[in-house]
Amino acid sequence: MADYPLRAEAIKSEFKRAGIRFVVALPDRVTSHHLLKGLLADPDYHVVQVCKEDEGVSICSGLYAAGHKSVFMMQYTGFLDSINAIRGVGVEGRFPVCMIVGLLGKEADVAPTKSNKFGVKIIEPILDVMGIEHLLIERDADTEQIAPAIEKTFKNSFPTAILIGREPR
Amino acid sequence: MKRDEMLKAFARQRKDEIVVAVYMAAQEITHIAPNDLNYTFTGAMGQGSSHALGLALGRPDKRVVVFDGDGSLLMNLGSLVTIANQAPKNYVHCLCENGTYETNGSVPIPRAGQIRFAELAKTAGYRNTYEISDLSDWEKKLPNILKEEGPLFVDLKVEPGEAYPENFPRLYSIEHREKFRRTLASS
Repeated sequence: MADYPLRAEAIKSEFKRAGIRFVVALPDRVTSHHLLKGLLADPDYHVVQVCKEDEGVSICSGLYAAGHKSVFMMQYTGFLDSINAIRGVGVEGRFPVCMIVGLLGKEADVAPTKSNKFGVKIIEPILDVMGIEHLLIERDADTEQIAPAIEKTFKNSFPTAILIGREPR
Repeated sequence: MKRDEMLKAFARQRKDEIVVAVYMAAQEITHIAPNDLNYTFTGAMGQGSSHALGLALGRPDKRVVVFDGDGSLLMNLGSLVTIANQAPKNYVHCLCENGTYETNGSVPIPRAGQIRFAELAKTAGYRNTYEISDLSDWEKKLPNILKEEGPLFVDLKVEPGEAYPENFPRLYSIEHREKFRRTLASS
């Protein structure tokens, strides 16, 4: 475990650094075991479990309107499923939805656009066409970008996508 | 009961509640009961109940009343379970059941008039539910609905009343959304 390249604890501490208390989530196979379960067990976080990803876009938006920052965890499949809410609420409505998106099936240390997995390959181009900034987290060293990305989401009042490229442990 | 009459009755008894409204109810409430705590910025169909949940969790000291549509709720039925699971005491989910996608050409919803929405909400885990088809019954029950512990679900059987001008840019206005945020932050 000491040599494993990405620790769930490193991601969690970035959420804390960004002042996140609310986490909206639908289980994502990449992050469920070590990150989401840890958040569910941590009394410092209020986890809102949703039944479908578009709910999460809107719950984060309602939380923002009520004065709170949140992050929204889902699998890339859920991102694809909630495109219309991300378009209408996040992009056109300029709500700051910070999405933590697990790239299930992405090969380690392979750029998402070079993945053999079709669903993974199309995520960054879709984000680009929607004008949504994104960053890829694959190693502990990458995680220090997370808190600034969350801050930027709320400063700009616009969605951001933090892509998780391998299972954090 | 006419939807605009239902909203007027609500406006007469409203105190400092946040109101989330979608589609026809949203268009109408901006005319009937203009208020900086009206939230119409839901952005995509079906999303009103979920925006309202975020507001209710973020401000547990404020009552949140959502005027949802039946077509909208069918698009986000899972939100009933999500809301019940969070169980916000300050959440009142009013369903304007008109049996049609009124904004999109008044095409009937699937199984119009045959769905017991209140039963769906009860099964999902809402604390209490109501079915109201009469204006005087709504006026009579409203004081309790506005103070009873939630989450509550109120199935309002409505039909179109007077026509009000549509203004979608106003419903989704970022400027009005920011005004809502400022008003809520100071209340």
